[in-house]
Amino acid sequence: MTPESIPIPAAEATLFELSRPGRRGVEPPEPGSGIPELAECLGENDLRREAPALPELAEASAVRHYTRLSSLNMSIDTNFYPLGSCTMKYNPRINEVAAGNPGFSQAHPLYEAREIQGYLELFSRLEKMLAEIGGLPHISLQPAAGAHGELTALMMIKARCRERGELERDVVLIPDSAHGTNPSSCTIAGFKTRNIDSGEDGAIDIESLREALGPDVAAMMITNPNTLGIFESRIGEISSLLHEAGSLLYMDGANMNAILGITRPGDFGVDVMHYNLHKTMSTPHGGGGPGAGPIAVTDELEPYLPVPRIVHSEGGFELCADRPLSIGKVRTFFGNSGILVRAYAYLRAHGPGELRGVSEHAVLNANYIRRRLEEAYHLPYETPCMHEVVFTARNQKATGIRALDIAKRLIDMGYHPPTIYFPLVVHEALMIEPTETETQETLDRFCDAMLQIAREAEENPELLKAAPVNQPVKRLDEVNAIKTPILTCPCDEPVSD
Amino acid sequence: MTRPADLKYSPSHEWARIEDGTVTVGITDHAVEQLGDLVFVDLPQCGATLGRGDAFGEIESTKSASELFAPLSGEIVEVNAELADDLQPLAADPFGAGWMIRISISNPDEASELIDLEQYEELLAKEKEH
Repeated sequence: MTPESIPIPAAEATLFELSRPGRRGVEPPEPGSGIPELAECLGENDLRREAPALPELAEASAVRHYTRLSSLNMSIDTNFYPLGSCTMKYNPRINEVAAGNPGFSQAHPLYEAREIQGYLELFSRLEKMLAEIGGLPHISLQPAAGAHGELTALMMIKARCRERGELERDVVLIPDSAHGTNPSSCTIAGFKTRNIDSGEDGAIDIESLREALGPDVAAMMITNPNTLGIFESRIGEISSLLHEAGSLLYMDGANMNAILGITRPGDFGVDVMHYNLHKTMSTPHGGGGPGAGPIAVTDELEPYLPVPRIVHSEGGFELCADRPLSIGKVRTFFGNSGILVRAYAYLRAHGPGELRGVSEHAVLNANYIRRRLEEAYHLPYETPCMHEVVFTARNQKATGIRALDIAKRLIDMGYHPPTIYFPLVVHEALMIEPTETETQETLDRFCDAMLQIAREAEENPELLKAAPVNQPVKRLDEVNAIKTPILTCPCDEPVSD
Repeated sequence: MTRPADLKYSPSHEWARIEDGTVTVGITDHAVEQLGDLVFVDLPQCGATLGRGDAFGEIESTKSASELFAPLSGEIVEVNAELADDLQPLAADPFGAGWMIRISISNPDEASELIDLEQYEELLAKEKEH
């Protein structure tokens, strides 16, 4: 089937366009016969003078509107979603069954510890598993997302500097291939950042690191494998250099999907890291969130972890907040608890042996795509990739095609586009992360589509420039959308539903 | 686009036109091309003092946001206010109508640390290898 033969779904009118005056889904009872007037309940002063301009629809019309909208979504349940750096793996349904257990889903956040022993036991077990996976013994499950984990860890590093009387350490080193959240988290935590260059091989340049180290450096943030999908093979040397200089090593765990059961950050010298449960541990994200970004730390950093900590004694599980060096709470209650249940279910479903297989297949799938596409698309680095592969659109530049055009054309083919224009150190980057949950047939169909697009780029570049052509909306004017957004509905004329 | 040979350049893709104790600063055609569709530029007020290498503003495209760096130290004496409303001059004429700020130079010796056109184009050729 060619992209042009796929039927185009109709664009969906807004609720305001579907509205008809006086139409109702539910008729509220009239005041009187026991139901008081609104003014009696609220007082005259709090009554609106005019009714709000809400859309007026029959209930069935409203339900159909949202159901049709939902069918326009591209999701991991409908399409291959190789969005690099985001680890859009399949979310197993068994996770939902576990999280839907009323003991978890109906638990009130204000329950006492003795009333939620099962929940606390699950948290405690999840902490132990994450500690084992990362090789770092102490965990906080509170942070609600990866960047929140970064911020929590940097606040702990700041607290440690303060405790040791080392407030002159106010710089964090960041490689030029880092996720944008890294420098952002540093700034919010009160640190300055210093850039470290990548070398010719895409890995951290050790000389650049040596030059940047000094008595003002509190820590370095790395991602390993890095955002180019390349494993920092000199990580041992990097961590030694930092520790000799009295600095700590933070690892952004966004790319843990490449190294589960194969190597452990704690073993290669990392002092603190975060996990993205919504990536590595298969919990939903990308609009289906929320996420969870637990952190793992060494013995040395443990006193600074957020409170409350879960402790186990003879009487069962308890919550302990009596920890004077703690940075305090970073999230209400226990973080995004339902996500933690899903992550636990995922880890139990796999077990230690199979977890290694997850990473092996993620790496294999990325390298399979790398080999199938390396003739058609330029590879900026020779180094074999880990769980994701970065191409560029350089080979397509002759006909004026850019990474954006390739991404838009993939939508026509039924694929979510890869991440484009990231990492920033690669011009016209196309960052593809298939994850381990895709079959060879899916990978082959995707590669066939990419090869077809490479041919189209030579033979019919105008087609790519116009893409997407078989979607409810065509190529969006992104500049105007940012500069002059229209956030109201000016329509007067209702349309047919 | 032919890049002017009488300008100085920086590895972070700013150009600098030095004349009569002031320097006019903009970004190169290469920077504009890499940014793609430009959306906003955030430029400073006149009177602000900058050190060489300080960020003086930010430029945002549909692809990314990047900081703008001062090639030389000094006080800002003029800002291209037209760019606040319309980035077309920058996209069309980065070395002319797309200029961004003018600085009264406080340390003329720093100019020797900037690179000339030939060195800048060598740098671009090296970048292309990736």
